[in-house]
Amino acid sequence: MAITKLKNMKKTTKSNLITFGIVVAFYLVIQLCTGMGMMTSSFAGQLVPICAYIILAVSLNLTVGILGELSLGHAGFMSVGAFSGTLVWMTTSATLPSWLALALSFVVGGVVAGLFGLLIGIPVLRLSGDYLAIVTLAFGEIIKNFMNACYLGYDANGLHFSLKDSASLHLAADGQVLINGAMGITGVKKASTFTVGIILILITLVVILNLIHSRAGRAITSIRDNEIAAQSIGINITRYKLMAFIVSAVFAGVAGVLYSLNFSTLVAKKFDYNTSILILVFVVLGGIGNIRGSIIAAAILTVLPELLRSMNDYRMLIYAIVLIVVMIFSQSPQLVAWRKKTLAKFKKNGSVKPPKGVA
Amino acid sequence: MALLEVSNLGIAFGGLQAVAQLDLSIEKGHLYGLIGPNGAGKTTVFNMLTGVYTPTEGNIVLDGVDITGKSPEFISKSGVARTFQNIRLFNDMTVLDNVKVGLHNQIKYSMWTGIFRLPAYREKEHEMNRQALKLLKIFDLDAEANLKASQLPYGKQRKLEIARALATNPKLLLLDEPAAGMNPNETEELMQTVRDVRDQFGIAILLIEHDMNFVMGICEEISVLDYGRIIAHGDGMAIRNNPKVIAAYLGGD
Repeated sequence: MAITKLKNMKKTTKSNLITFGIVVAFYLVIQLCTGMGMMTSSFAGQLVPICAYIILAVSLNLTVGILGELSLGHAGFMSVGAFSGTLVWMTTSATLPSWLALALSFVVGGVVAGLFGLLIGIPVLRLSGDYLAIVTLAFGEIIKNFMNACYLGYDANGLHFSLKDSASLHLAADGQVLINGAMGITGVKKASTFTVGIILILITLVVILNLIHSRAGRAITSIRDNEIAAQSIGINITRYKLMAFIVSAVFAGVAGVLYSLNFSTLVAKKFDYNTSILILVFVVLGGIGNIRGSIIAAAILTVLPELLRSMNDYRMLIYAIVLIVVMIFSQSPQLVAWRKKTLAKFKKNGSVKPPKGVA
Repeated sequence: MALLEVSNLGIAFGGLQAVAQLDLSIEKGHLYGLIGPNGAGKTTVFNMLTGVYTPTEGNIVLDGVDITGKSPEFISKSGVARTFQNIRLFNDMTVLDNVKVGLHNQIKYSMWTGIFRLPAYREKEHEMNRQALKLLKIFDLDAEANLKASQLPYGKQRKLEIARALATNPKLLLLDEPAAGMNPNETEELMQTVRDVRDQFGIAILLIEHDMNFVMGICEEISVLDYGRIIAHGDGMAIRNNPKVIAAYLGGD
């Protein structure tokens, strides 16, 4: 009795440790390569986006894989996080010590995205399945278009806001435009580094993995597996759906801040539904509900177009083919059976342990 | 006053009166059977008792608390648990986790305690594991604790559903065709388990079942439902010889 329990504990803990190990190993390898001057500048430029996409994929997996609801508006939360976090960074980086200003930016970006998660989640989570997906898609577009038309400036009189153009902000002569509509925020002092990205990934993993393997996480998973049964044992469906949705939005917001502070300009156009779909592709390809898979898929699929740059015209074609092949390899029943058989053979030889297992 | 008092319960779906003027009174610790031909409205009664459907008339009082038309969550917390005719387990969760999620409202700690692994986490999880394994042991499922629920054979899935329901610490347990699809040996074993559950937990059990040997074998009281109305009530012997019941099952006037 006690032994089975112990084994169970060990299994999830071990699986989590492997996930953390992969992230740390990735960090060390990259640092080593950079130190030895083996890093091309185009690849180095991808490092922070990779981290941001990993956080996005892991957080979306909480909604899609653990809660079991399809959301197509993840980029919307990324967007509100990016804008609010960047504003905080621009206004505080001059006065506060930079680590504090940066931490504050991430916190504000996450909290604001979380608030949007709450606001959007309340009406949206009454739906499910395809309907929920389409409504989240619509909310993502609303956020993008709103930010595209948003003008914000400040002067001695305080903040000015308009949805028309920068002239209608009526700023005093010393005023400064913060968000300039479709041109977004310009002149951002870059602050994201690979190390910051890795730290944020680790925080995301700790929070989300711990959440999944707790009382609340079990309630969320039970809703995914059978909503009627979950209700019948007294689970508050609305509460736990919202909880998953909000936590997911918070980390999308944090990833948005990380992403935007890697560039000198921030425009709303970047966070359109293509980005939402891209994040969803990471989640589906990495395995729905498989956190470790999300990490690996996000990293590889962000780097892949860069690696294929030499093939220029064909690179998106190859990218698409890779997606199809991976999908067939991971989903086709025959190939899954073959993979299991091969793994079992390896296992019998005692050399390789099965790497599969939901993180 | 009995544990469950149902009076004049009825529900209409549009023009269809699925259940009408239903009275039930179940004493604490009783084994009560609800039988009737297919389509008589038995599962509809369960759905009203558990808050899945809102009755259009009548009252349901559990242990002095009016639970008529309340949410399934509220009713579960008030002390009603159920199993389903078509098994509804959390298939991708482990057997142990299926029971642990049943303990959701019995052993509580906050989301933050879980995320930050505060000291209460270890203690409460430990207690959950202990209680869940105890329940699994009763149903002889403790060896399969770490399997996924979907990997269990059919009979064990039925048992797991009962274990999960018991984890919510109910006063009244509703079993919807617990012996469906079981062979005579499994049915025999299940009868003993149901009796044991009643004795150990001291709860009332209301069950729907088509297997007459099962119902007659363990139920102290039986009500027969036909076209949404109770046509007979009594112990096994009385039901067996009731001409109305025979007519409902076999046809006739």
